[in-house]
Amino acid sequence: MKVLGYLLKKEFRQIFRDKTILAMMFAMPIIQLIIFPLAMNFDVKSINLAVVDNDHSSYSRQLIAKIGASGYFKIVAAEPSFQRAITYIEREKADVVLEIPPNFESNLIREGKQRVGVSVDAINGTKAAIGGNYLMTVITDFNKNIPVNIGGNMTPAAGIIDITYSNWFNPLAEYRFYIVPAILVLLLTLIGGFMSALNIVREKEVGTIEQINVTPIQKWQFILGKLIPFWVVGMIVFTLGLLVAWGIYGIWPVGSFVTLYVFAAVYLVALLGFGLLVSTYTNNQLQAMFVAFFFMMIFMLMSGLFTAVDSMPPWAKVIANLTPVTHFIKVIRMIVLKGSGLADVQMELLYLALFAIVLNGWAIFNYRKTS
Amino acid sequence: MKQLLVFIRKEFFHVFRDKRTLLIMFGLPVAQIMLFGFALTSEVKDITLMVIDHSRDANSQQLIHKIKSSSYFIVSESSIDYNDIEDSFKKGTTKCALVFPAGFGNDLRHGGKAQLQIIADGSDPNTAKTVVNYITAITTAYQQEISPSQQLPYVIVPESRMLYNEEGNGSLNFIPGVMALVLMIVCTALTSVSVVREKELGTMEILLVSPFKPLMVLIAKAIPYLVLSLLNFTLILVLAVFVLDVGIKGSILLLFMESMLFIITCLSFGLMISNTTNSQQTALLLSMMGLMIPTMIFTGFMFPIENMPKIFQLISNIIPSRWYFLIVKSVMLKGLGFEYVWKETLVLLGMTTVLLTIALKNFKTRLS
Repeated sequence: MKVLGYLLKKEFRQIFRDKTILAMMFAMPIIQLIIFPLAMNFDVKSINLAVVDNDHSSYSRQLIAKIGASGYFKIVAAEPSFQRAITYIEREKADVVLEIPPNFESNLIREGKQRVGVSVDAINGTKAAIGGNYLMTVITDFNKNIPVNIGGNMTPAAGIIDITYSNWFNPLAEYRFYIVPAILVLLLTLIGGFMSALNIVREKEVGTIEQINVTPIQKWQFILGKLIPFWVVGMIVFTLGLLVAWGIYGIWPVGSFVTLYVFAAVYLVALLGFGLLVSTYTNNQLQAMFVAFFFMMIFMLMSGLFTAVDSMPPWAKVIANLTPVTHFIKVIRMIVLKGSGLADVQMELLYLALFAIVLNGWAIFNYRKTS
Repeated sequence: MKQLLVFIRKEFFHVFRDKRTLLIMFGLPVAQIMLFGFALTSEVKDITLMVIDHSRDANSQQLIHKIKSSSYFIVSESSIDYNDIEDSFKKGTTKCALVFPAGFGNDLRHGGKAQLQIIADGSDPNTAKTVVNYITAITTAYQQEISPSQQLPYVIVPESRMLYNEEGNGSLNFIPGVMALVLMIVCTALTSVSVVREKELGTMEILLVSPFKPLMVLIAKAIPYLVLSLLNFTLILVLAVFVLDVGIKGSILLLFMESMLFIITCLSFGLMISNTTNSQQTALLLSMMGLMIPTMIFTGFMFPIENMPKIFQLISNIIPSRWYFLIVKSVMLKGLGFEYVWKETLVLLGMTTVLLTIALKNFKTRLS
């Protein structure tokens, strides 16, 4: 136990000696947590529309005015020809071009049906689909009103289903509630994962590990000595992150803090175990960083941070479940937003504990005192 | 000149000796392309929906059947109490609940108006919004089916054309994004340790006493990584074309030249980091941990930049990958020529000049 005490003293001294690293460990996650949720927004607020009106009739003008007033679209240009309008899409100034053909009004009244051309920049599939849908909604709405303008009368359809909806836990369906806790987990993961991955390998590269190897320090003492300081740092970062989430975004955990911290504690052990494992397998810092980065990237993409795990194909769900981050992101959202209790999330705790044991055991096993 | 060649050879040896780093360098884009291409989708599917039917009549059953037969939901019918919804939300077993009040069908047939309530778990707002959209669409379709046909006398029909992507290939948007992201992080990280590593290991001293100009040292360090990164770029391109069926519409030569420019920008950035930091650890943490999320966000392939607050739109301008993303989109996917991307090219050129100047200024020829 005394040996471990000395090791810890050494590790803490090393951490506090390098002021740049220290600043980076605390400042970077906090700054990123303040900034990024504001920038991460999937909502498509307005679609830029370029209009080509070849008809210049009262209907075509009404249609354009209606689209402009719908709030979904920003009309960025009115051009006389399709060729000129398309340059707006090429230059990323517009997302959709609406082309109203010549004799639009007279054809509409004579034949009762008239087509308009909608050309969408389909490289960004989501935006294209949303823009197309918005335009469809506005035009459908316009269609219903045409007879009123002309003087025909309509009978309302029999039987209307009136849909009311409510979002629990987040009545306005604000994205920040969803993203802030997850970003906190991600930043914690980056800090813990990278710092611990760099640590042992650094001693290898600089050569100081030889000095430890010739002492009677046990393997588990060495690994624990590396793990505990970063665990403390991680818990502090986590606490600071919760404060930022509350101070800047007004997100105060609904559920119990005890449950939250139990999870954070177990998760950090698992994560640091992963970093140390990477560290024992690699020979230099660049290599360790690249290996860690490779896994961090997969962790980040598969964790359900950006896209829902439920929508993934089965093989991808398996990968997602083998990722500790997935479980912690899921749990932190449940506890912070919904107030789920320990009974609701006990399976996840089991998973994380399993990760912690396996990864750390593996790291201790793989650390060789003889080279 | 001969000196330079010898030096470049030395750097190549350094790079090729480290097999694991090389493996990761080429494994990273492969893994990313696979994940983005086949695993990640922004479409919301397989939503767990709980139906609470207090009405149990023909209409409600028909509507439930319609919802079941759509591929979006995994429906479980239950007779649980309204108050138990919260419990199952907390357990995470259900994402939303659909409540039919008693007398739903009766109201619909005779009263002219029936109520239907959706309760969604708002802790996942994306899914919550999607649920409402899906159910509204299904209900509207059902309503039209049961009500006597209503023909509008005048109809405007939008005729949609999908520009640049007629087959609706979902991979199109992220290919330039992955390119920008991978090249930016890999190139910056690789060179960010190059100088500082020699400082840390002490071999820098040997270089400094040789009659070798600082500029030459930097160039020699960058060239092996430039070659590797171009190979990496080619690999991504090949994967995009043959695995994900993304066609290259524009000139390959132009795309190659632009990519080379972007790689040089990132390498300069890495050199700048390497010359301004004093340990590998700091350099790596800055270039990988520090850059990872900003690059992801501000490149603009995951989150639309025009939705961000003004200040972030300004910040995004200083991220090189953002400009490269625009270039690749225009040249590769839209098939546009140089006249459309000269502005972006100029920005990258300007950045490279500034970064290299700072790197050179900070290259210390004396040991502290």
